[in-house]
Amino acid sequence: MSEQQLIPHLFRTEFSKITSVLCKFFGIEHIEIAEDIASDTFLSAVETWSYKGLPQNPTAWLYTVAKNKARNYLHHNNIFIQKIAPEIKHTSTDVEENEIDLSEKNITDSQLQMLFALCHPVIPVEAQIGLSLRILCGFGIDEIANAFLTNKETINKRLFRAKEKLRTEKVEIEFPTSTEINRRLETVLTTLYLLFNEGYFSESSDNVLREDLCLEAMRLNYLLIENEQTNLPEVNALFALMCFHASRFAARKNENGEIVLYEDQDENLWNKELIERGAYYLNQSSHGNKISKYHLEAGIAYWHTIKADTKEKWENILKLYNHLLQIQYSPIAALNRTFALSKVHGQQTAIKEAEKLQLINNHYYYSLLGELYKEIDNNKAKENFQTAYTLAKTQTDKQTIKKKMDEL
Amino acid sequence: MKEFLFLYRTDYDQMQQQATPEQMQASLQRWMDWLGSIAAQNRLIDKGRRLENSGRVVKKDLVTNGPYAEIKESIGGYSFVKAESYDDAVEIAKGCPIHSAGGSVEVREMNLM
Amino acid sequence: MDEYALIMRHEDGTKIASPEQMQIWMKQTMDWIGSIAAQNKFVSGTGLPFADAKVVGHNNVVTNGPFGDIKETIGGIITVRADSIEEAIEFAKGSPVLQGEGNTVEVRRIAKRDEMH
Repeated sequence: MSEQQLIPHLFRTEFSKITSVLCKFFGIEHIEIAEDIASDTFLSAVETWSYKGLPQNPTAWLYTVAKNKARNYLHHNNIFIQKIAPEIKHTSTDVEENEIDLSEKNITDSQLQMLFALCHPVIPVEAQIGLSLRILCGFGIDEIANAFLTNKETINKRLFRAKEKLRTEKVEIEFPTSTEINRRLETVLTTLYLLFNEGYFSESSDNVLREDLCLEAMRLNYLLIENEQTNLPEVNALFALMCFHASRFAARKNENGEIVLYEDQDENLWNKELIERGAYYLNQSSHGNKISKYHLEAGIAYWHTIKADTKEKWENILKLYNHLLQIQYSPIAALNRTFALSKVHGQQTAIKEAEKLQLINNHYYYSLLGELYKEIDNNKAKENFQTAYTLAKTQTDKQTIKKKMDEL
Repeated sequence: MKEFLFLYRTDYDQMQQQATPEQMQASLQRWMDWLGSIAAQNRLIDKGRRLENSGRVVKKDLVTNGPYAEIKESIGGYSFVKAESYDDAVEIAKGCPIHSAGGSVEVREMNLM
Repeated sequence: MDEYALIMRHEDGTKIASPEQMQIWMKQTMDWIGSIAAQNKFVSGTGLPFADAKVVGHNNVVTNGPFGDIKETIGGIITVRADSIEEAIEFAKGSPVLQGEGNTVEVRRIAKRDEMH
């Protein structure tokens, strides 16, 4: 890896480790100090390495410099700390006694505890995702803004407010107690789920960034699997879901960057290894008797890794959507269920069911009706696609619908 | 731990005859106390719902005014409770205030639909 | 929008269906509930196996139920959201339970005030 590639790469992987360890050391109220020291460390790296060349072990170099900077910070601010901010977790005397611990174990523990702290229910979910991207995934503010299709200023404000909230609510960087873990884990999983979806479904044109979002969500999810206390069925189910979706990265965009619909995808481009991993974790998730929405969505995604249209496939998908809708209704699940119904019980039955849904502001609803009327009443099919076209907001969606109309 | 449904059955005709506001209040209090004690044992999944007195009965395409009249006792409401076994669930059901009104509790294990 | 309980009653709870028949009913029931859920009208539901049921009566008399004197048995309850009792009745009509001769679905509005039983 050349120096130009190495620094951004190290930044992604090491920034979050250094920040998490330091933040745990200083306490969440000093989260900005931890971030500043980590950023400063990378600044020094860029400066020093450009004229001295790469050190033998760049990671170790970063850790040493980060530790020194943390120690210096505490020395210089000793008066501040003793007089003004006595609540700071450790003081310079502690540092000498208790070395800042950048061992692999402490890094993993700190990241995991940070994940719980940042995904605390006191802050809104989009701020949880933003903070996680910044602190745990080392994303820049402009990258986060790009992912959310907004500007840097909005993201800065959002993160600032969230940090303020973590401070005032005195959120601890610690592992939740065993009685609390399920409730807290629910929020963490929601954030990871949304983080992944942000990457998978976002309109952002930056493909590399979108894939990075998905991979980061998977990395954080994997931290939870590796930890005994959080290696729970729903954690495995969510991971399986992500594996199945991620297996289609290469197949879902053509060379012009346009979305390729599932039925038109070249299944040779599906990543078999990820599908197998997904199947492994889906299997792991079946211990215990609780069925979460992640189990059901992973089950649906599993059946979609089998391209051939079999009766068994669609019967299973229908069953899973029936169950999913009982746990959590969403218009898209209702529409997908109706599509599965058409595969099992025929288009006529599905049309009757679709008409009960009345999702009249949703262009997917009319696309579905168009699809169901195909060959039964092509005029009606066309009408529905036309309505879908009018309602669709993005160019990608309009293109897809246009193609369907031309096929009629 | 298994999950059970408690169905509260009472004879509506009889029940509606007396009941002053004070009696209603006292009855409500007894129900709250009983459900509260189940909840205190972490056995209450959902206190459930009370059903209104009127209703319909659908038989094929025939709809009649209900509630169900073939037997004297109608369902007045239901709750969801956790218990180790049927015997355990029956023990909990024995404390139900409905017994003082001459009603009964049907105890049924639940399964996923 | 109000909530309604749909109480599924089997005319004769002592009748035992074949496993194949049970499986077909299960599938139909899931499709029926899925259809209600797809309209965002499903609240909750449970099936009630017939085996081992008990009735706790006056003076804490426990009988093996729920059959007792009559054979009529409740096989399941689901709760739905509906604008009117008519809409709830339409949902009830779709229940696969009604395929059985003599079976019924009782439709009851759930008491609105957050009041105990």
